[in-house]
Amino acid sequence: MPGANPLIEARGAGVRRGGRWILHDVDLAVAAGEVVTLIGPNGAGKTTLVRVLLGLLKPDTGTVRRGATASIGYVPQRVHFDPTLPLTVERLMILTGRRPSEAVAEALEETAVGHLLGARVSDLSGGELQRVLLARALLRLPNLLILDEPVQGVDHIGEAELYRLIGGIVERRGSGVLMVSHDLHIVMAATDRVVCINRHVCCTGAPEEVVGHEEFRRLFGPNAAAAAVYRHTHDHVHDLAGEVARAHPRGSDVAG
Amino acid sequence: MLDDFFSRALLAAVGVACVAAPVGCILLWRRMAYFGDTMAHSALLGVAIGAVLGIGLGFGVFGVAVTVALALVVLERTGRLATDALLGVLSHSTLALGLVVLALSASGYRHDLIGFLFGDVLAVTVGDLAVIWGGGAICLAVLAACWRGLVAATLHEDLARAEGVPVFRLQMLYVVLMAAIVAVGMKVVGVLLIVALAIIPAAAARALSRTPEQMAVVASAIGVASGVIGLFGSLWLDTPSGPSIVVAAMILFLASFAVGPIARAFR
Repeated sequence: MPGANPLIEARGAGVRRGGRWILHDVDLAVAAGEVVTLIGPNGAGKTTLVRVLLGLLKPDTGTVRRGATASIGYVPQRVHFDPTLPLTVERLMILTGRRPSEAVAEALEETAVGHLLGARVSDLSGGELQRVLLARALLRLPNLLILDEPVQGVDHIGEAELYRLIGGIVERRGSGVLMVSHDLHIVMAATDRVVCINRHVCCTGAPEEVVGHEEFRRLFGPNAAAAAVYRHTHDHVHDLAGEVARAHPRGSDVAG
Repeated sequence: MLDDFFSRALLAAVGVACVAAPVGCILLWRRMAYFGDTMAHSALLGVAIGAVLGIGLGFGVFGVAVTVALALVVLERTGRLATDALLGVLSHSTLALGLVVLALSASGYRHDLIGFLFGDVLAVTVGDLAVIWGGGAICLAVLAACWRGLVAATLHEDLARAEGVPVFRLQMLYVVLMAAIVAVGMKVVGVLLIVALAIIPAAAARALSRTPEQMAVVASAIGVASGVIGLFGSLWLDTPSGPSIVVAAMILFLASFAVGPIARAFR
């Protein structure tokens, strides 16, 4: 449900490269407090769309509008930092601007990596790096988090923990989230809306709806749908106690 | 003290080295070492043009280096050739063109060729010193002011841009800085070796540093040490001064391989 006052909104956005549209007619909005998951197969234009929304890429058609109050925390996809550049976690935190050291420590605590303050970035595991990058984004006190495949390079257990962490942040801070994922293996329980794209918006809706959508099955194949459906039956086991999935605190049952 | 040619040489080498090294760190991080070389090689064309137009060698070198850098950006956009191929074309053709124009110009400079190529630090005048220290101070001030943004843009361009760093402008500014280093440093080690004074101390500093800022400062110190050791070495062994400075830097670079693990062991 595109809210009345979106933090960020793309209308009819299209990007043309080498004579073909890698993205066309995309409408997408994220409102305050809303969690939107963007899914699509590899090459669907997910990262392109994120770059358009961030203003890093000017769309060839359409418009992108950022709400007056929007402040964005961004975690880019597949970050690889060249080890030629010596870097500690502490220095990475203040990469683009000075912050008081208490705020830095606090942000790292929030993503449970406070102990890594003095560590070399090149020594971090995939999961640790993602948490540090998330802490960096939080340091900017965003009301909209844009996370491009935040669980990449993270093992399965770490993946679930990371989603739970993000769910907790959303719960505490009430920030809007736009999260990119290349499959529905785990879509956060806290997701309000799934937008499935393959160069254009194929289908959009609540997670349960999207999984049943014909376009979705065509894109991801019957197996992915089955996996997603499996997750849903799993959710329902929890639901027997309560009533609906929404009754859960956001992100608390991410692991299923 | 400035009356003594050796003192002037020392001051010149120290001045150039402590500015070139932090600039070299960024060159290293951006994997632009060969780009720096290309700019430096084009400096000889700058000398020739400066002589022909009578605008002064420094301005000629600076102008040509910036032009070559911009030409590279434009050629890269066409996407027809890989960057290393373009650099190879630009680097050697500007060097050759410089030699040809210099020969044609019939100016007095053609006899100074070896000096342009390998530096002539023992012939540094008080005026040169003023240019080196004045220009160097300006370069360092600009670098310090833009440092955080440059490091951020180097580490992750999209992240930096998303957080408001004017990446493109900083990259252009960096090219100008690099051109200034070439113009100012040519006198000390020559166009063929100026990039060595930027790259080698930075490479040596890597093993000894935990943050970008540390690496810049350590690189400067290593650069200064190379200048001093190289010059005294050249006096003692009666070897050419520019190459001796670079050899000193190389020895310090090799030593850094040993110091790194030792320093870590005691940390």
